[in-house]
Amino acid sequence: MARETRELTCINCPLGCPLTVVLEDGEVISVTGNTCPRGESYGRKEVTNPTRIVTSSVPVDGSASERMVSVKTASDIPKDMIFDVVRALKDVRATAPVAIGDVVLADVCGTGVDIVATKGA
Amino acid sequence: MAKTIERRDVVIVGGGPAGLAAAISAHEAGQTDILVLERDTQLGGILNQCIHNGFGLHTFKEELTGPEYAARYIERAAELGIEYRLGTMVIDISPERLVTAVSSADGITQVEAGAIVLAMGCRERPRGALATPGYRPAGVYSAGTAQRLVNIEGQMPGREVVILGSGDIGLIMARRMTLEGAHVACVAEIMPYSGGLKRNIVQCLDDFGIPLLLSHTVTRVEGRDRVEAVWIAEVDERMQPIAGTEVRYPCDTLMLSVGLLPENELSRDAGVQISPVTRGPVVDQSLQTSVRGVFACGNVLHVHDLVDYVSEEAAAAGANAARFVAQAQAETEADRGIPVVAEGGVRYTVPSFVSPQLMDDRLTVRFRVANVYRDHFVSVYLDDERIQHRKKRVMAPGEMESVVLRRADLLAREGLQRITVKLEEE
Ligand SMILES: Cc1cc2nc3c(=O)[nH]c(=O)nc-3n(C[C@H](O)[C@H](O)[C@H](O)COP(=O)(O)OP(=O)(O)OC[C@H]3O[C@@H](n4cnc5c(N)ncnc54)[C@H](O)[C@@H]3O)c2cc1C
Ligand code: SF4
Repeated sequence: MARETRELTCINCPLGCPLTVVLEDGEVISVTGNTCPRGESYGRKEVTNPTRIVTSSVPVDGSASERMVSVKTASDIPKDMIFDVVRALKDVRATAPVAIGDVVLADVCGTGVDIVATKGA
Repeated sequence: MAKTIERRDVVIVGGGPAGLAAAISAHEAGQTDILVLERDTQLGGILNQCIHNGFGLHTFKEELTGPEYAARYIERAAELGIEYRLGTMVIDISPERLVTAVSSADGITQVEAGAIVLAMGCRERPRGALATPGYRPAGVYSAGTAQRLVNIEGQMPGREVVILGSGDIGLIMARRMTLEGAHVACVAEIMPYSGGLKRNIVQCLDDFGIPLLLSHTVTRVEGRDRVEAVWIAEVDERMQPIAGTEVRYPCDTLMLSVGLLPENELSRDAGVQISPVTRGPVVDQSLQTSVRGVFACGNVLHVHDLVDYVSEEAAAAGANAARFVAQAQAETEADRGIPVVAEGGVRYTVPSFVSPQLMDDRLTVRFRVANVYRDHFVSVYLDDERIQHRKKRVMAPGEMESVVLRRADLLAREGLQRITVKLEEE
């Protein structure tokens, strides 16, 4: 049996607990070091299917106060798609008025996740 | 000369997360005559340029971006009808709580305040911190300035980047620049550990394979008009560059993330006593400074990495300011309370004085440690008796820690002389 130990840092909140994940034949058998349950699920996920929230900002037209409006993926996307998402945002412009939560780009890169505004403009 | 002098119960200097939370809680504590003065053109402070996620998990149980977190407080302040003035910079505070501000709309105005909450935040250590000889070419930015350029102005400072200092802003900008198509060659940190949050090292450097060079610093900046390269060397325990370890990194941009300093010029003018360790005011259990009726919270008090703690601290300061006004300054000048002493690896505590009679049932005392400590205990002593002893797997200077004092514990000990917070190996 192949036993593997991975040392990770939980990134679910800024406390950044140090996690130890033990895998056996690719199966997670234990997660330790977490302070709360989110740490355990993060540890499991990070070694099998890592994801991230991506944030950026895009130009906004017609706003009196802002040149740029900040945006994010409405939920996590696979980590290996970060650059695809950023590339997809290259030519996106928002048009004022924009409210927090407005969809700026739907279903980015076929992930099923929308890009939403995080600031009003 | 000032045109008018108005009188307000609570005046809050700064409309960032600290100022907003203080205003909201002062209002909720019953003082509705509140005025927030903000020099920027919008409320929200530094959060407006922090477009990354990671804010508010403790407070809202969800992970927000900086602008979203700020919006929650801005909306709440609006609901309560809290008055604020934008584009209004406070230029003087007198010990008698006369606040002088200047704005292009109203010129110079003066406000007599029943209580004042200082919430001016902090600024970045200037580039003077970069002790390198030679020219001062274009292309050297503080990380915060670069963050503002990219996120708010939509401009890229450069394409080939080296970052000096592993503070959170530097780490965040390493990722941001990478996502925007720049190449970040490395982050050099003179200390043997990073000053940033662990999660930022994982998410901003490790995710993108950006090397973090600990115990390294910039020794030379090449280029006359624009940065052309920087030289980075390893340093010894005394932080002196080690001969023969210099490596040249061609680049067009050098970003500095070498620390933040509370912005306390105004506090000093008011006669507020400043701690040489935190560079912020010395405060008691109510977050009151050495000047009566002047309170402080947020990054102006001590530099925070988590906005949740800023909001929490500021809410306490706001409520205490409201209470001060209500008591119509009934309290005597009396003693400042029992000193909280930082020892054995604890660099400072906020507050540094506690008056058990005046404190709430529970009081959070925040502190930072001087080094990286593994498997150490955080202990609290009342005089010589240890009343708390809690093991922590890891503590680092980049992450704020806290202990909670209970009023009952302190009251139970008559003649208590000192409260000590320290780290112990066992
Ligand atoms: C780059 C960066 C990344 C961060 N990342 C995170 C994170 O991921 N998660 C997290 O929880 N926290 C994070 N933080 C920490 C958190 O954002 C800060 O601790 C918090 O914003 C500090 O709030 P504040 O109100 O004290 O200061 P500020 O936000 O700086 O607000 C101070 C306000 O006072 C105003 N002001 C100053 N002087 C005057 C004057 N004389 N007259 C009138 N107004 C004045 C300023 O214009 C400003 O609006 C980050 C901070 C930075 C800088
Ligand atoms: S385990 Fe829980 S407390 Fe620790 S970093 Fe993860 S989310 Fe935060």
